[in-house]
Amino acid sequence: MTGETNLLIEARGLRKSFGGNEVLKGIDVQISRGEVVVVIGPSGSGKSTFLRCLNRLEEPSGGQIIFEGSDICAKGANINLLRQKMGMVFQQFNLFNHLTVLENIVIGPKLVKKCSQEEAEQEAMKLLERIGLADKAQEYPSRLSGGQKQRIAIVRALAMNPDVMLFDEPTSALDPEMVGEVLGVMKDLAGEGITMVVVTHEMGFAQKVGTRVLFMDEGQILEQGAPQKLFTSPQHPRTQDFLSKVLNCI
Amino acid sequence: MNILEILTNYYHYFLQGTRTTILISLITVFCGFLLGCVISLLRLSKNRLLNGFARFYITVLRGTPLLVQLYIVYYQLDFIPYPKVSVWGIALERALPCVIALSMNSAAYVAEVIRSGIQAVDVGQSEAARSIGMTGGQTMLHIVMPQAIKNILPAIGNEFVTMIKETSVIQYLGISDLMYNNGIVVTATYNPLPCYYISAVIYLILNLVAGKGVSIFERRLKRSDR
Repeated sequence: MTGETNLLIEARGLRKSFGGNEVLKGIDVQISRGEVVVVIGPSGSGKSTFLRCLNRLEEPSGGQIIFEGSDICAKGANINLLRQKMGMVFQQFNLFNHLTVLENIVIGPKLVKKCSQEEAEQEAMKLLERIGLADKAQEYPSRLSGGQKQRIAIVRALAMNPDVMLFDEPTSALDPEMVGEVLGVMKDLAGEGITMVVVTHEMGFAQKVGTRVLFMDEGQILEQGAPQKLFTSPQHPRTQDFLSKVLNCI
Repeated sequence: MNILEILTNYYHYFLQGTRTTILISLITVFCGFLLGCVISLLRLSKNRLLNGFARFYITVLRGTPLLVQLYIVYYQLDFIPYPKVSVWGIALERALPCVIALSMNSAAYVAEVIRSGIQAVDVGQSEAARSIGMTGGQTMLHIVMPQAIKNILPAIGNEFVTMIKETSVIQYLGISDLMYNNGIVVTATYNPLPCYYISAVIYLILNLVAGKGVSIFERRLKRSDR
């Protein structure tokens, strides 16, 4: 494949302000197919805002986001069509509380992609079996643990067959003992070659699963590179400071 | 005449009036709810004009007495060619303006209840829906509304029950509802007190039944919260 077709998402001079508060101060980044890009950085550095701009859950204040060759912020852009190809997983899971697990997964393919009920349910059951939660298909989300909810939220996004998965601190709201099961599913996805952009505080995941790590602070990408390189020999003093604090906290 | 004699001699007045009251209430509650949904969506709209209209509507309809609204609707809309027929002894010519006025009034209260119910649904729910490519309309219809209904049902139920009582103002337009027929019996018997007791009991029963109905519905919707 040429570099041209390999490029999946590109942000050019991406800016975002909330009122007078500029959260993103010009982000330039290119993400290719098959990459697992992990975004790390201190709280308030704009990581989540950056991720939420990628599928326009936040409206960028400036700059461009090019996804599969089209500017998603352009006037005529069909954002609903583009979002189908960008799965998103939230910190708070955001499963639809009034629907069963199966309905949660089926509703997207059925409503948005106009799949038939049977087709969508078959696909959903396959995905549920893969994460070992097929027996929960008829349960409501209120009966599930946080780890189960998040795994199902991942499956709900996967059911749309997206070209990229965006993860917004997927393990930050979990009990420590449930973090592993969610990271496990994410690791499997990465192994299958699905393009992922992951905002996380899980440094272990960044190191072992990430193909590239971005370090963000104060609305800018200060440093990026392969995990081994960034974690062992960070160049920017701010990265060094951050990593020394999170890696050697005891 | 004592209360038993009034009941035996005039029970059909009360029954017929009760039927009218129930009928008008049901229609009003239904139309008021639909109109209330529309007004609440306007109220939540980002369009300033629509939003402003909804605010104005709610302020005026909640800020003036129902009886005044009833008369204004009746005289203001007299150009409408209402059918000059009666259904079950109800003259549509006068009943329809009543239904319009009551529905408009009910809608204002319902709209505010729905608005707060919609705003109480976690914003993450709509973000998740939009993130899988649902349109704003689909998100509202399939994700937000079903959850909002659960939040607002107790308050809406209240509004329905209130509406049954509020319909008593339509007697002033000569609709033979429970209070209108109550007046006929009072005139015929010269004994008002027992008549009012009878009507009070009937209204109470109607409201208890309506309240029970709402709570059954509520319980069915709560299945997902177990």
